Amino acid sequence: MMYGWLWRHLPGPTLVRVLIALVLLAAVVAACFAWLYPAIAPHMPFNETTVGE
Amino acid sequence: MSDEPTAPARGRRKSSRGAHIAYGIVGVIGELLITLGVLLFGFLVWQLWWTDVQGNRAQAEIVREIVRETPPAPTAGATEGAVKIAEPRRDDPPVLAQQPHATTFATMQVPRWDGEPERPISEGTDRATVLDVLGVGHYEGTAMPGDIGNFAVAGHRTTYAKPFNRVAELKKDDPVVVRTSTLDGGKGTDTWYVYRVVSTQIVAPTDVAVIAPVPNEPDAEPTKRMMTMTTCHPMFSARERYIVHLELDYWAPVSSGTPAELVEQTTAKG
Repeated sequence: MMYGWLWRHLPGPTLVRVLIALVLLAAVVAACFAWLYPAIAPHMPFNETTVGE
Repeated sequence: MSDEPTAPARGRRKSSRGAHIAYGIVGVIGELLITLGVLLFGFLVWQLWWTDVQGNRAQAEIVREIVRETPPAPTAGATEGAVKIAEPRRDDPPVLAQQPHATTFATMQVPRWDGEPERPISEGTDRATVLDVLGVGHYEGTAMPGDIGNFAVAGHRTTYAKPFNRVAELKKDDPVVVRTSTLDGGKGTDTWYVYRVVSTQIVAPTDVAVIAPVPNEPDAEPTKRMMTMTTCHPMFSARERYIVHLELDYWAPVSSGTPAELVEQTTAKG
């Protein structure tokens, strides 16, 4: 549904749409790796290595 | 008779319009859930692979940038690749002063972990400024390398370059070589400290006595030169802690040569 809407609103022939979609995907992955994942990692429970409080 | 089908048809059209909206909502929710699943998979890739790639790169760079003496080159005429073996000393070793937070003051190598790089050791054990970015962390307030008491360090086991990933491979008497750098006393104070594994244990995260000056005896007066490594256990969990206790075997100035333990490692590899 959402992706169908996105697909319909991408300009150009199929090949161009596929390329644009791939660029968008790469941007999302890069944003996740750079900001989203590092931000949520401290809240994950499996990374503690020290003894203490 | 000809009009009859229109009424039900109109009804059907209405209900099909409603169904269309319902399907649309279900479809969007479905796509959101799929997206969430893909994002979670991406998080796993990031956490289990990318933090290692980044961490190994960063830690190798930190080790490269440490200002320190190099062990003496082999004497002329020696076979190629031979290195001068450091003479073990068992008198009182030089001890670094306590360092400011996040300062990298030493490195460690574990011959048992063949293929693992030399890891930097930095002051502090919080994740944001030390463990996630600098590698191995030294518990603030515990002894410095070579000193009487307990030189206690922590490291990740499954993420962020996982310096202590292979901790469970360590056996009694295995050497761990700590090398301090010049930042404290200047030239001549770079020192190798060769510790050997005494025991391992698995404890609760709250069991801070494992890093006491005398491990597991918080009130005792230390007389031995101990080292303790802590990391998470079981792997990919933080329910318990894997603890390795070591005791200083000998020390040697870096200017006097390379510990035999590290040389055996290099020759075994070649």
